[in-house]
Amino acid sequence: MKNRFNKITTVEKVLDLFHDGGTIMFGGFGGVGSPPSIIEGLLNKGVKDLTLIGNDTGFPHIGIGRLVANGRVKKVIASHIGSNPVAGQLMTEGNLEVEFSPQGTLVERIRAGGVGIPAFLTDIGMDSDFVSTNKEKVVLEGRSYLLETALSAPISIVYAKKADEYGNLIYDKSARNTNPLVAMAGDITIAEVEEIVEVGELHPDEIVTPGVFVNYIVPTEGVNWKWVWE
Amino acid sequence: MGMGIGIRDQMAKRAAAEIKEGMVVNLGIGIPSLVPNHLPLEINVMFHAENGIVGMGASAKQGEEDENLCNAGGYPVSLVSGGSYCDSVIAFGMIRRGIVDITILGALQVSEKGDLANWIVPGKKIPGMGGAMELAQKAQKVIVLMNHTDKAGNSKIVKECSFPLTSRACVDMIITDMAVFHVTEKGLVLSEVFQPYTLDQVRESTACSFFCK
Repeated sequence: MKNRFNKITTVEKVLDLFHDGGTIMFGGFGGVGSPPSIIEGLLNKGVKDLTLIGNDTGFPHIGIGRLVANGRVKKVIASHIGSNPVAGQLMTEGNLEVEFSPQGTLVERIRAGGVGIPAFLTDIGMDSDFVSTNKEKVVLEGRSYLLETALSAPISIVYAKKADEYGNLIYDKSARNTNPLVAMAGDITIAEVEEIVEVGELHPDEIVTPGVFVNYIVPTEGVNWKWVWE
Repeated sequence: MGMGIGIRDQMAKRAAAEIKEGMVVNLGIGIPSLVPNHLPLEINVMFHAENGIVGMGASAKQGEEDENLCNAGGYPVSLVSGGSYCDSVIAFGMIRRGIVDITILGALQVSEKGDLANWIVPGKKIPGMGGAMELAQKAQKVIVLMNHTDKAGNSKIVKECSFPLTSRACVDMIITDMAVFHVTEKGLVLSEVFQPYTLDQVRESTACSFFCK
């Protein structure tokens, strides 16, 4: 395999980019589409006091939830933690700070961060003090909206089916979920992929994430957790 | 939930009757997930999932599960012919834009004005709202499927919700184990009472006034 853009590397090498106290944005929805080998590497490296930004905290043994369940995380920005009882317990004990955003608003905030938009208006959550408190309200054409701010991160980690050497990505079915958005919103984006091919092998029309958003490509070692239905 | 299978299916069947040819439908977890079992085979409906599926099919058969084809709860499903995948921003764009015709979801409380509380039980852990607010505010029609009363016997249909709101004045229809209500401008309208309950029993179990159709 040629490596003309020097983006193809290993999980071991990219782990040097992660440090205690850092912020990581992750792709995935209920653990589906979260990068298993990078998560395993982070667990083994022992990084702690992390801030995580992503849809949800997975399950205690699935997806990003493993980092939460192992006490490596001090804060999450997410829409849901209900499938990970450890996250709820840590939050109740005061050992995990959780900032909730409605799911569609959260992913739109990530998209905004990824496409250079500082904030946007939405009426989602207007009826909920939990969502609307401390947020700026903007009146547009007589209607009131919440100003929701963009989210980005120093590092994004995503999971994809296939990458070419340039980092052009295609995804696998519903494992696409938040990955194309998270891929755009990282200052550095690392894609863990099932298959790496030479440039030119992906049809330009099938590419979902253009390689301009991807800095590193690492081959996956496969999922090393049992799924919730198994 | 302490309800017999028969009652859960009865509720799901009643909700299924609201689904018409060509609709885009989003189902919550629990009893709403039983709704597809009660749709006629010939009807063309696209089930929408927040993670990024339009055209979600039945649960995957045992041994045919694909971890990369799951519903919003993380459980393996299938895709119908004509189905498609998208990212979660697009999936929620569909909801906010009003493309989802019906959402069928569970609730903790519904008020006589159609206010919905379905994400926080005060004093309990806070799971997060997920996509509940977008669905409640923006689906064309919101159908609540829930027990008429909570475990302590308190009515879940109330004058004002005491639990934190998901969205105000969003519910169109309530289907419980006892009865069916429609939320109208003049208030709640009872349209059906399920066997073996009587109108008086429904009145006794409902913490607000309602009209009879």
